[in-house]
Amino acid sequence: MYDKKKMADIKKKKAEWNKDCYSKHIKKHSERKKIFNNLSSIEINSIYTPDDISHLDYNQNLGFPGIYPFLRGIHPTMYRGRLWTMRQFSGFGSAEETNKRYKYLLEHGETGLSVAFDYPTLYGYDTDHQLSRGEFGKCGVAISSLKDMEILFDGIPIDKVTTSMTINGPAAIVWAFYIANAKNRGISKQIIGGTIQNDILKEYIAQKSFIFPPEPSMRLIVDTFEYGFKEVPRWNTISISGYHIREAGSTAIQELAFTLGDGVEYVKWAIKRGLKIDDFAPRLSFFFNAHNDFFEEIAKYRAARRIWSQELKNLGAKKDRSMLMRFHTQTAGCTLTAQQPEINIARTTMQALSAVLGGTQSLHTNSMDEALALPSEKAARIALRTQQIIAEESGVTDTVDPLGGSYYIEWLTDKMVEETYKYFDKVEKFGGVIPAIEKGFFQREIAESAYKYQKELDKKERIMVGVNRYQMDEPIEIPILKMDEKGEERQINRLKKLREDRNNIKVERNLANLKRAAHGNKNLMPFILDCVHSYATLGETCDILREVFGEYKEPAIY
Amino acid sequence: MNEKIRVLVAKPGLDGHDRGAKIVARALRDAGMEVVYTGLHQTADMIVETAIQEDVNVIGLSLLSGAHMTLFKDVTSLLKKKGLNDVLVIGGGIIPDEDVSNLKKAGVSGVFGPGTHCDDIVKFIRKNVKK
Amino acid sequence: MNDIAAKVLEGDPRSIARLITHAENTSPLAASQMKKIHPYTGKAYVIGITGVMGSGKSTLIYEMTKEYRRQGLKVGIIAIDPTSPFSGGALLGDRIRMTELATDNGVFIRSMGTRGMLGGLASAVYDVVEILDASGKDIVLVETVGVGQAEVDVIKIADTTLVVLVPGLGDSIQTIKAGIMEIADIYVVNKADRSGVEQAVAELESLIDIACNDKDRKTPVLTTIAKQKKGILELVKEIENHKNYLKKTNRFQAKRRKRYEAELVEIIRKRLMNFIFDESTFKGKVESLIDQISKKEVDPYSAADEILGKILK
Repeated sequence: MYDKKKMADIKKKKAEWNKDCYSKHIKKHSERKKIFNNLSSIEINSIYTPDDISHLDYNQNLGFPGIYPFLRGIHPTMYRGRLWTMRQFSGFGSAEETNKRYKYLLEHGETGLSVAFDYPTLYGYDTDHQLSRGEFGKCGVAISSLKDMEILFDGIPIDKVTTSMTINGPAAIVWAFYIANAKNRGISKQIIGGTIQNDILKEYIAQKSFIFPPEPSMRLIVDTFEYGFKEVPRWNTISISGYHIREAGSTAIQELAFTLGDGVEYVKWAIKRGLKIDDFAPRLSFFFNAHNDFFEEIAKYRAARRIWSQELKNLGAKKDRSMLMRFHTQTAGCTLTAQQPEINIARTTMQALSAVLGGTQSLHTNSMDEALALPSEKAARIALRTQQIIAEESGVTDTVDPLGGSYYIEWLTDKMVEETYKYFDKVEKFGGVIPAIEKGFFQREIAESAYKYQKELDKKERIMVGVNRYQMDEPIEIPILKMDEKGEERQINRLKKLREDRNNIKVERNLANLKRAAHGNKNLMPFILDCVHSYATLGETCDILREVFGEYKEPAIY
Repeated sequence: MNEKIRVLVAKPGLDGHDRGAKIVARALRDAGMEVVYTGLHQTADMIVETAIQEDVNVIGLSLLSGAHMTLFKDVTSLLKKKGLNDVLVIGGGIIPDEDVSNLKKAGVSGVFGPGTHCDDIVKFIRKNVKK
Repeated sequence: MNDIAAKVLEGDPRSIARLITHAENTSPLAASQMKKIHPYTGKAYVIGITGVMGSGKSTLIYEMTKEYRRQGLKVGIIAIDPTSPFSGGALLGDRIRMTELATDNGVFIRSMGTRGMLGGLASAVYDVVEILDASGKDIVLVETVGVGQAEVDVIKIADTTLVVLVPGLGDSIQTIKAGIMEIADIYVVNKADRSGVEQAVAELESLIDIACNDKDRKTPVLTTIAKQKKGILELVKEIENHKNYLKKTNRFQAKRRKRYEAELVEIIRKRLMNFIFDESTFKGKVESLIDQISKKEVDPYSAADEILGKILK
């Protein structure tokens, strides 16, 4: 990146500095630690200089925003043009309660919606299923049918606001609820925008809310890709997620490598189906974690864009839209402390800033009380305000990729690219992502990292403020969200009534058609849409697929 | 004599967050205990039957979905019904203070939230194990 | 407490579980109760399952158990995992694959740590087989550790030994060379939906031609896909065939005799070691001899002579 003579001068000077200044200094005044390791166990030097990045070619490896390899950003103007979408993940209790919360957040300046579902919904069970016991509305909203979806978005302009839905195993069905609801409200499929997470690979790897085995799951996902670019063109049919891999305890490099590896796997499956890469790739989106190590996180996002554009090009993409990586970021839930919860606001601010400096397209900031319970209204508002401060007050939005060119950041970005490719090679040796999952490779890697991190905390080699240093014994004064205790009963009654009122002959017929189609190889989306339009429930529709596809059991890894 | 503390680490309900359960399982192993881990999605019946067959001294329940009031209590009341009074039950997860006292009343002797030092769990078990 | 044996004979799960714990802890109560139940043992058929990690042993056991249950038989399962030599603790995770069996009262599953025993078994496994046998289980399945390659001890306890392999696992054939070849009564090539099945079967067949357990019986090679419940019925039938073969050729009693021999050796070994290294009679003497060996004042053989001399006199 620099001319050779200048570089030689710098190297010479650096060697002198090291000998005459730095080494002498640390003999007298030793540094706080012998080795400075970041969260991925990469050793960090005391200083970075041009020679650390002299192997990089500016135009080829860094380039300019809006053009290949997109390392510095996916838009030419980034936040000078438009701010990221402030999208707070939210959902609890019944559809009515969550609907109210959405309206509250939109009133306070939120610019996109993001639905959290409860466990029964994530596993494709209705609220009245026996396995749903105790889980109703606990970590998200319960959606068992189109009826619930109608209530959830009642009075919300879904032709204008985009909606992200964190749903995986039954993603196709829940997406069908959304499409059907739009249709019933007279809103065209062509207009509605949003995202379904729909990333089953990371469920097997980390998050564990899977239903079907890999093969049929991948089929359903490719079905949504195909249906999406043909019928719902503004929809992101997948959000390939590192967030949960990180929350399960991985390092930043593992998050990056496993997520991008998953991404490539989806592309390969879609190509195998016969889809054209430039048709579906522009609708692939990503979702990353914003953890504690500020610069490592920024480097991670930048590295991700470079790797993705390279990989998509190698897979045959021609359009820029296919190669640029758009991603959502959420601050790391696992870094929040139940102790002194207010200080979580400071943590979240740092993490959110790293995501913005890394060029995120949308952002969720965690609320301070989330290590204790679901966020209260006030806590959720402060979290949103945190984003607004970064956007409106800090000035970091005035230029594109403000940390680009930092010797440290560029070195670390490149290092993460390198380490990611090492993981790609390892996965290749297993015969690909799915065999590696079945042999527990990712799960074991993550469990190791998680245990190592915990041991470091236990030994105070890593510090968590308020947990293993600066502890206080004080009563926690955070109002905890109370849910409507009648919600569950209301929901179960609604389901009962729904099953009585609907045209059950039609439901049976549609479910039977879905079953037949599932045995064959047609795209299942139209069949699923028929089912949900006739008010077949989530559980009923999922049961048909469970019957045909079977259920996944995970390998024993810990 | 060659006695070892045996612990069942179980995840009731649908919640798939198993990072904490796995870390605790390993930490207890490293503290010299025999740890039976049964994986995800356990019903109260499965947990109690397993506890009987494995003759464990301790049951550690982990749940982050917020359904602990229902699901932890399901386990403790079934233990009582079956007369297993000598099993120490502990729990971990996102559990608000006011639930903690209720859970203790219901027979969950120790409740450990985020930020717990693994050694504290080991010490608690060693101190409170009943047989 | 003394009626624990009687309760075991009635099949009471808590008593079975408790007696197993006593046996694992080598408590005095265990010895007295084991004496009481021995006359009621010998009815259960014991099947050993060994094979490398990742070969799907637990899933295979799960499916076999479901088949035996369909036939109305009661099943005991012993799943063994390694004990950490450093901490003495163990992670016992084999039940993950069998969770649905937990609530079937015709099935009893016990996870065990090896507690210092090599060879893929746990020290108390002989006791546990007897306890499950006495409690009325028709079938006892013993799953070995599955990490090492020298897990040959399972033949000492099993009437029929299954060696489980998977196609494409590079170390499969190596495992066989390392001595597992000789112990198999039946080979199971599991995960037979993977590529390389034909090759794995062919390699096995050719090895069997060279070395075979019994001269008048060729060790059969079966393929299964446990996950999809394929080949399970055939496997169960093949085990029945082997049982009949053992009985017809009078090898069954010989096998059982060998198990009792191994059990007796293990009891004596445990008691002797306990006597020498743990009891106060010898402990001081042993410690001082070790010190002397360290200082080169005495050699280990002479020290052993001295200790054994004291016992044998």
